[in-house]
Amino acid sequence: MRRVAIIGVGQTKFGEHWSEGFRDMVTEAGAKAIEDANIHGEEIQAGYVGTMASGRLVGQEHIGALLADYMGLNPIPITRVEGACASGALAFRQGFMAVASGMHDVVVVGGVEKMTDLDVSEVSDILGGAGDQEWELFLGATFPGLYAMMARRHMYEYGTTPEMLASVAVKNHKNGAKNKYAQYQNEITLEQVLKSKMIADPLKVFDCSPITDGAAAVVLAPLDVANKYSEQPIEIIASAQASDNIALHSRASLSELRATKVAAKQAFEQAKLTTKDIDLAEVHDCFTIAEIMAIEDLGFYKKGEGGKASLDGKTALDAEIAVNTSGGLKACGHPVGATGIKQICELTWQLRGKADGRQRKDAEIGLAHNVGGSGATAVVHILKQGW
Amino acid sequence: MRESIPLTWRRIPERYRLLGTQCITCNTNFFPKRNICPKCRRKGKIQEKQYAGKGKVYSFTEIYAAPAGFEDQVPYVLAIIELDEGPKLTAQIVDAHIKDVAIGSRVEKVFRVIQRDDPEGLIHYGFKFKLAK
Repeated sequence: MRRVAIIGVGQTKFGEHWSEGFRDMVTEAGAKAIEDANIHGEEIQAGYVGTMASGRLVGQEHIGALLADYMGLNPIPITRVEGACASGALAFRQGFMAVASGMHDVVVVGGVEKMTDLDVSEVSDILGGAGDQEWELFLGATFPGLYAMMARRHMYEYGTTPEMLASVAVKNHKNGAKNKYAQYQNEITLEQVLKSKMIADPLKVFDCSPITDGAAAVVLAPLDVANKYSEQPIEIIASAQASDNIALHSRASLSELRATKVAAKQAFEQAKLTTKDIDLAEVHDCFTIAEIMAIEDLGFYKKGEGGKASLDGKTALDAEIAVNTSGGLKACGHPVGATGIKQICELTWQLRGKADGRQRKDAEIGLAHNVGGSGATAVVHILKQGW
Repeated sequence: MRESIPLTWRRIPERYRLLGTQCITCNTNFFPKRNICPKCRRKGKIQEKQYAGKGKVYSFTEIYAAPAGFEDQVPYVLAIIELDEGPKLTAQIVDAHIKDVAIGSRVEKVFRVIQRDDPEGLIHYGFKFKLAK
């Protein structure tokens, strides 16, 4: 396997983009990443793009061909990859493997979702497809409902409290307030979260990530030629993916994501690192409980201690480990297919030391954790400075 | 998502009667049915298994923001229920407020309308649960 580096990144602002469509956003992000990589279109040999539900959200399938056409990259092969909310990380992993294997040299990877063209209940219905359509969604389950049942078990087993959940949203809004790409660039208080409208007991509206439009893209190349393009290439030192039961009820435990634990173990083995070596992590906080479980399942905190660690500020920008410096899914927004790529963009800016007002001090090694559905897919990547 | 008539018809034994499967090689019960035992795979022997519809609450929530087709039911209690025969499933708990429900509460199956497509469309029936006396 060849060593692989990120040589360029770019993203759109995340938010409600009434005047921009699917192809506008993905081409904007792609063009930014290609410009950042300082390459010519002719050098790109292949592409991968993650999108969860373009067919139902905007009626468009055949996304690979659409992108090749609208990015002006015909006739190179571009392949669409889908793994629900982990579609972005899956596309990134395909790009990584294509370069690592020697099949392609310069590869562009994108993630995109256009979610605001439909009303909320239709979008909720479509996102439900990330779970078990016949045995969860049909019977009245929603994604907030599934994560609420995880939260209930986590509270029952470990004494996690609504305040602990709320502290995740407060911290992520604090980070998001300093990110010009974030959907919500405002701080919120613990009281605001606790008093917000109930969505699925015990999760309130401020425990939930929003519906978002957005796209993100990166350019990959072999590490040994990466410095030809970038003064600060970022090396991908681990890429791991794991699966679990599609339906939440089929799993032995609701208070952990087994797929995250498996992927994290493999990733740390590949990188020959431990959790102590990680300076910052972008984790999949689709709901506040998801971040608490993630920091436990990734190994940063013992099972059951993630809630207290969050409330005690141990995941803040200047703490032992900075979690979700971008604002996470909660504040930066969650355009489903774009999220996994946005995490890579954020880590790249942080490791380059160019994360503006939210720079993590001495950031050298970062971890990205992207989850599909209620945990049926988990993907972990570890990145480090490659110069 | 609006279901087709054949899809709904195909699911009737499971949805109406809680008919699942079991692997008699490793003695594991499945609901909803599985055609391949994840433990034994090709060595597994799958046969039908009828569930009694009694169990206890493993986790629960109350849904306030409903997906399409459930808007007129909010708020409703949704739970993961552990059947006495072993498998867990997701279902609504009817005739109860969230304050009446706890992890470990005994429940039993009832037959109910799950959702309606539209006033002239298909009515989908299936299982919900209620607190056992």
